[in-house]
Amino acid sequence: MFEGSVPIAHYLTLSAVLFVIGIVGVLVRRNVIVVFMSIEIMLNAVNISLIAFDHYLNLSNGQIFSFMVMCVAAAEVSVGLAIIIALHRNKPTVNLDEFNLLKW
Amino acid sequence: MLLKLTCLVPLFPLIGSIINGFFGLRIGKNAVGIIAAGSMALSFLTSILVFIGFLLLPEGQHIFEQVVWSWFGAGDFSVDFGFQVDPLTLVMMFVVTGVGFIIHVYAIGYMHEEYSFYRFFAYFNLFASAMLLLIMGNNFLLMFIGWEGVGCCSYFLIGYYFEKKSACDAGTKAFIVNRVGDFAFLLAVMYIFNIFGTIDFSEVMHAAPEKLVYAGEAVTIITMLLFVGATGKSAQIPLYTWLPDAMEGPTPVSALIHAATMVTAGVYMIVRCNALFNLAPMTMLVVAGIGAATAIMAATIGMTQFDIKRVLAYSTVSQIGYMILACGVGAYTAAIFHLVTHAFFKALLFLGSGCVIHSFNEQQDIRSMGGVWKKIPYTYALMIIGTLALTGFPLLSGYYSKDAIIEFAYLKGNTIGYYGASVGIFTALLTAIYSWRLIFKTFHGKYNNKESNLNSIKESPLIMLMPSCLLAIGAIFAGLAFKEIFIGSNGSEFWGSSILFLNAIQHNHPPFWFISITPVIVILAIPISYYLFVENEKILKYFIEKNQFLYNFLLRKWYFDELYNFIFVEPIKKIGLFFWKKGDINIIDRYGPDGLSKLVKIISDKAVNFQSGYLYHYAFVMLIGFSILLTYLIIY
Repeated sequence: MFEGSVPIAHYLTLSAVLFVIGIVGVLVRRNVIVVFMSIEIMLNAVNISLIAFDHYLNLSNGQIFSFMVMCVAAAEVSVGLAIIIALHRNKPTVNLDEFNLLKW
Repeated sequence: MLLKLTCLVPLFPLIGSIINGFFGLRIGKNAVGIIAAGSMALSFLTSILVFIGFLLLPEGQHIFEQVVWSWFGAGDFSVDFGFQVDPLTLVMMFVVTGVGFIIHVYAIGYMHEEYSFYRFFAYFNLFASAMLLLIMGNNFLLMFIGWEGVGCCSYFLIGYYFEKKSACDAGTKAFIVNRVGDFAFLLAVMYIFNIFGTIDFSEVMHAAPEKLVYAGEAVTIITMLLFVGATGKSAQIPLYTWLPDAMEGPTPVSALIHAATMVTAGVYMIVRCNALFNLAPMTMLVVAGIGAATAIMAATIGMTQFDIKRVLAYSTVSQIGYMILACGVGAYTAAIFHLVTHAFFKALLFLGSGCVIHSFNEQQDIRSMGGVWKKIPYTYALMIIGTLALTGFPLLSGYYSKDAIIEFAYLKGNTIGYYGASVGIFTALLTAIYSWRLIFKTFHGKYNNKESNLNSIKESPLIMLMPSCLLAIGAIFAGLAFKEIFIGSNGSEFWGSSILFLNAIQHNHPPFWFISITPVIVILAIPISYYLFVENEKILKYFIEKNQFLYNFLLRKWYFDELYNFIFVEPIKKIGLFFWKKGDINIIDRYGPDGLSKLVKIISDKAVNFQSGYLYHYAFVMLIGFSILLTYLIIY
């Protein structure tokens, strides 16, 4: 590694902060769309750390894996948005407090 | 070897019982009857063959044992499933199979209208099998199996009409009262094993004089416990109350089980264990006292009862009292002699009363009978023969056996002997009065039945009369025929080692006036009771009114039932109720099963809240779990 570049700790800190923001968003927000966005933030936080480690260790696996994550995220977005639309058709709201169907 | 057939004797009725019990409904009533009576006939014939085989035994051998298989063993304790044949067993075998066969035939006629015909005969045969096991077993435990078996069948058959509450109650009463005696018997067997290390009859009886001290503590306790067992089964004071109630069963049951065989099991057991009883003079006193007391008490109650079968039941209790008295004064042979003759005449009386009940359309109250002796002459003649034999009319069977008991008691020569003899004579008088009262009330005087017309009274069918005739022959001649063998001067030759005498049989006789008391009383009682019960009932009514208290005392059976209810039944009910309500419901159920299930319910009610259905709750739980896992991975 050359002098003056940004140390890995900064990347990891950024990643961790983003991840925590994502978690808090998932836990405290009631709007499904926002929760969904929070999940995307968490995924991207992971992507940052993957690439940072990849660069730090001088490998290319992490970059490939981050592409993998993006693909999964894209697929997940399409399925997730479809579920949200299905929910919205049942009830004219996207507020999570209105949905407690996930129980027996 | 004819003696090898011994094990078949109890087997035949057992097979009959199994066939009738499992396939009885399918094979029809006739087949059931033939199998039941046929198995008894086979059993009887086999007994004859065994008897012949026994006679062929070499000189001086008086006992034959057949071990069928080794039953079980644990440590030093081993029990064989084996049979023992000696003169005592043979006599009992003939009584059970012979009288049993006759009553089985009678029952075919008596029970013919019953729907549960097969159930009756299944139990009846099972009873015969258990009874044979009781008398033929070669050890105490096998005897106990038979002992319990007959008790169980007695319970089944008393409660045969289980739709009737009184029959159910009577069955339960018989079972529970018997249980008291059975428990004592079992304790005695345990004590015997503790001392002798074996429960085989012949070994115990041979070892008894060495291992037990004469009049010692151990032998007294053993014999007392055995005697308590006998009082239960043989309906003696204080455990006799079940027998009169047992008359709820069908009449053949009363004849076979509650007159001829099962109730004499206690007498048989005492005679079987005579080697032990001879060593316990204390117990012998108690046995004689209880026997005499029962004889006189039951006779007084019998004077006032109105149910034809109950009178006979009290008579049975009274006669068994005689047998127990005979055991108590050491006259075991006289006890067995009376047992045999009693089996004949009491079975005859019960069969006769069954015919009467049949003729009167199931009427049992003697107040609703009377004046029918011309209508049913055969039944009348049979009942007369039975009554003469029971009261001890000279030359009939009861005369020999009952007088033998009184004489033996007199010859005993001590206080209890004289007490027994005088009670015996007085009871003979009472017996004569209540027996003739029964006859005169049933057959003589005015016709009192309001339910059925005098013309509708018909003689019973031949299948009921024929067996009764056979018993009548026995009731007349059994005494004459067996007197010399059983209690004659060479009696000990016949009994061999099965009955050991304390002293050699005395050959001197009581004075002539003493011997003649009983027959004179018995004969005089006939015209007197005819006068009192038929010709001039006013005297009796006047007497009853004057002695209202005494009459009620006897009518209510000395208040024994009330007394037992007060002392035992009610407190035990209360204790049971207390344990049920407080102990079981309030403590065991509350903290046991109910408490646990309530706890589970509370916890699960709480746990259900965990599953809220909100997405963010689940996400939070996932996060927590993930954090814990991660922390674990980092630390270790």
